[in-house]
Amino acid sequence: MSVSSIDPAQSALSAPEPSTFGEEGEAAKEIQGRSPWQLAWARLRQDKVAIGSAVVILLITLVAIGAPLIAHLVGHGPGDTYPFLGEDSYGLPIGPNRTFLLGADDLGRDVLVRVVYGARVSLIAGVVASALAVLAGGIVGMLAGYFGTAVDTALSRFMDVILSFPLLLFAIALVSLVGPSLTVSIAVIAFFSWAVVGRIVRGQTLSLREKEFVEAARSLGASDLRIIFVDILPNLVAPLIVYATLLIPASIVFEATLSFLGLGVVPPTPTWGNMLSDSLPYYKVAWWFMLFPGGALLITTLAFNLLGDSVRDALDPRYARLFKA
Amino acid sequence: MIHAVAPGSAPQDSDVLVRVDDVRKYFPIRTGLLRREVGRVHAVDGVSLEIRKGETLGIVGETGCGKSTLARCIARLYDLTAGTVVFDGRDISRLSRRRMRPLRKGIQMIFQDPIGSLNPRRRVGSIIGDPFAIHGISRGEDRKHQVQELMRVVGLNPEHYNRFPAEFSGGQRQRIGVARALALRPKLIIADEPVSALDVSIQAQILNLLTDLQDEFGLTYIFIAHDLSVVRHVSDRIAVMYLGKIVEVASVSELYARPRHPYTNALLSAVPVPDPDQADQRERIILVGDVPSPINPPSGCRFHPRCPKAQNLCTEVDPPLEVKKDDRAEHVAACHFPVEVGEKLSRARAGIAQPERQAAVEVSHEAVEGAIGPKEKT
Repeated sequence: MSVSSIDPAQSALSAPEPSTFGEEGEAAKEIQGRSPWQLAWARLRQDKVAIGSAVVILLITLVAIGAPLIAHLVGHGPGDTYPFLGEDSYGLPIGPNRTFLLGADDLGRDVLVRVVYGARVSLIAGVVASALAVLAGGIVGMLAGYFGTAVDTALSRFMDVILSFPLLLFAIALVSLVGPSLTVSIAVIAFFSWAVVGRIVRGQTLSLREKEFVEAARSLGASDLRIIFVDILPNLVAPLIVYATLLIPASIVFEATLSFLGLGVVPPTPTWGNMLSDSLPYYKVAWWFMLFPGGALLITTLAFNLLGDSVRDALDPRYARLFKA
Repeated sequence: MIHAVAPGSAPQDSDVLVRVDDVRKYFPIRTGLLRREVGRVHAVDGVSLEIRKGETLGIVGETGCGKSTLARCIARLYDLTAGTVVFDGRDISRLSRRRMRPLRKGIQMIFQDPIGSLNPRRRVGSIIGDPFAIHGISRGEDRKHQVQELMRVVGLNPEHYNRFPAEFSGGQRQRIGVARALALRPKLIIADEPVSALDVSIQAQILNLLTDLQDEFGLTYIFIAHDLSVVRHVSDRIAVMYLGKIVEVASVSELYARPRHPYTNALLSAVPVPDPDQADQRERIILVGDVPSPINPPSGCRFHPRCPKAQNLCTEVDPPLEVKKDDRAEHVAACHFPVEVGEKLSRARAGIAQPERQAAVEVSHEAVEGAIGPKEKT
C-alpha cells in the first residue's frame, strides 16, 4: 500500500532505510482501528501522575493482601499487646526502633502491623462501597433518565431526599440499632453515595436519550432494555469509571470518619480511623502513633484522587484541554 | 377530509404504499409542579398524503414547519394525536409498540445528522448489524457476511467492519446510516434531510447512491429537505408544507412550472440561480414578518399574515387542498386565490391592512410567551 504511493525513484533511493513516507504510512496504519478505549489507555500511559498513583495504589493493595506475611516477618500480630516491650516505664508508647519499626501504640501494639491491616479495611470499604454506589446510582439514574415523566419524578425526588439526609445522624442512629461493623459501614457509605452518581447518570441519560442513534434504534424496533444496555450504557461507562475512581477515596475517608467516631469497625480490628482516634491523647508524646495511620490515609486518598483525575482526562481529553489552556 | 390526490386520478389501492389521512400531532406544553397542560404545539395539523410504490415524494418547508414530525408519525416513532396511517394496506396508526415491531422491517429511516445518528462507542459492524440482531435474523459469521455485503452495496470498504464511526468522514457515515436502513430490505425509506449536513460535493454522491439503491431494490422514498434544488433532483412529486399543513402537492415539473400557492412561489423565488443575468430579471418575493407560532396558529389560512395577496376570506376560512383550474388532476393547492402563471406576486396587494396582519402574528407569539418559557422541541 505505502510503496505504491511513493514515487519510484524515491522509493529506490530510500529502499535500504525506511522513507519518511513509509514511516508515515506505518504510523497511520497503527492509528487506524483504535477504539476509544485504546486511545484513552494510550493517553493514560503517557501521564506520569497516573502511572505514579497507579503504582502507589498497587503497592498499598499488595501490602494489604500481604498483611499476614508482614505480621509474620515482624513477629507481631495486629492485636498482640506488648506491655513491657512496647511501652516505657511511664506506660507511654515506645517510638520507632528495631522491634517496632514504626513504633508502638498505647497498648504496646505494633503500629506498622496495624497500619498494614488497616489498609485492608480501608480498601475493602472504599472499593465495595463505591462499586455498590456506582451500580445502584447507575441503574436508578438510567431508569429515571430514560423513562422520564412519572418514573423520573419519583426517582429524582427520592435521590433528593437521600442527598438532604443528615448523614452522621443517620449513621449514629443506624449503628445504635444494629451495632457497628464493616458491613454496616459499607452499607451506610454506599447509601449516601449512590444518589450523587444517580443524578449524574440521570442527566447524561436524559441527553443521550434524545440522540439520533437512540431514535434510529427505536425505528429499528429495539426494545427499551436493548436501547438502555446496548445504546446508552456504553456511552455512560466512561463517566462511571471516573466516578468510581473518585468515589473510592471519598469512601475511604468516610469509613475512616465512621471508625474515628466509633461508628465503624469495632476496636480490636485495626483501621486507620480508630487508630487516629486512639492516638488523640498521645499526639504530644507519640507522633508516630498519629502520623503513620494518618499518612497512610492521606497517601491512599491522594493516589486515588490523582488517578481519578488522570482517568477523566484520558477518557475526555477536551475536558483536560479546557483547564490547561 | 381532503386527499392530496383528487378522486378522478386516484391511483389504484395496489399502487399506494402509504396513505396518510388527516394526521395530527400536537405536543402538549406542560409547566409547573403538576405538569399542567398550558398549550399545544400544532406540529402537524391535518395532513393527508398518498405515497405510491416506487416513487420519491419530496417534502419541503421551512425549519419548524413539521416535516420531521410528519416523517416520525409515518414511521410511528411518535404516537399520532389523530388521523390514520395506512402502510401497505394495513392501518398502523394505533398499533402498540410490540405489534408495530415486525412491521418496522418495512419502514426505515435515514437521519440528518451523520454524527449523532451513529453511536460513537460502537463499531460500525455492530451498528449495521443492529437490524439483524434486533429482529433475530442472523448471528455470528452469517451476520458479519450480511453486514459486509451491505457495506459493499453502499460503497464502503467491508474491511472497515471493526472501525468506529469517528474514523469515517461525514459522507461515509451517512453511507453507514443508509446501510443500516437498507439492512431489512424495507419497502419505504424515510430520509429526513439526509444530505443537509454534508458538503455539496458529498451531497451529490449520497443522492446518487440513494437513486441507485431505489432502482436496485425497488424502494419508495419520502425525502425531506429544506433545499429545493436537492428535492427537485431526487423527487417525482413534491409536497410543500407550511406551519403543520400541506399547502401544495404536485409533480416536480408541474410545481416548478406552475406553482399555485403564494408560499410555493416565494420558496421557488428564493432558490439561487447560477446565471447572474437571469437572476437579475427574476422576481424575488420577500415575505413579510416571521413564521407565526405553531402553538397558536393563525385563523383561516395559516399563511394569511404573510401572504402578499391575502383577502378577508383568508383570515376566516381555511382553504381546502384541491385541484385548481387548468391544473392536472394530481396538482393540488390550498389557496383561495391561487397564483396564475405569469402573475407578478411582488406587485400583489393584500386586501387586509398590514397592522392587522402583524397583530395576528403577534397574538400568536404572545400566546406562546404567556404559556411557556423556553420553547419545547417540536
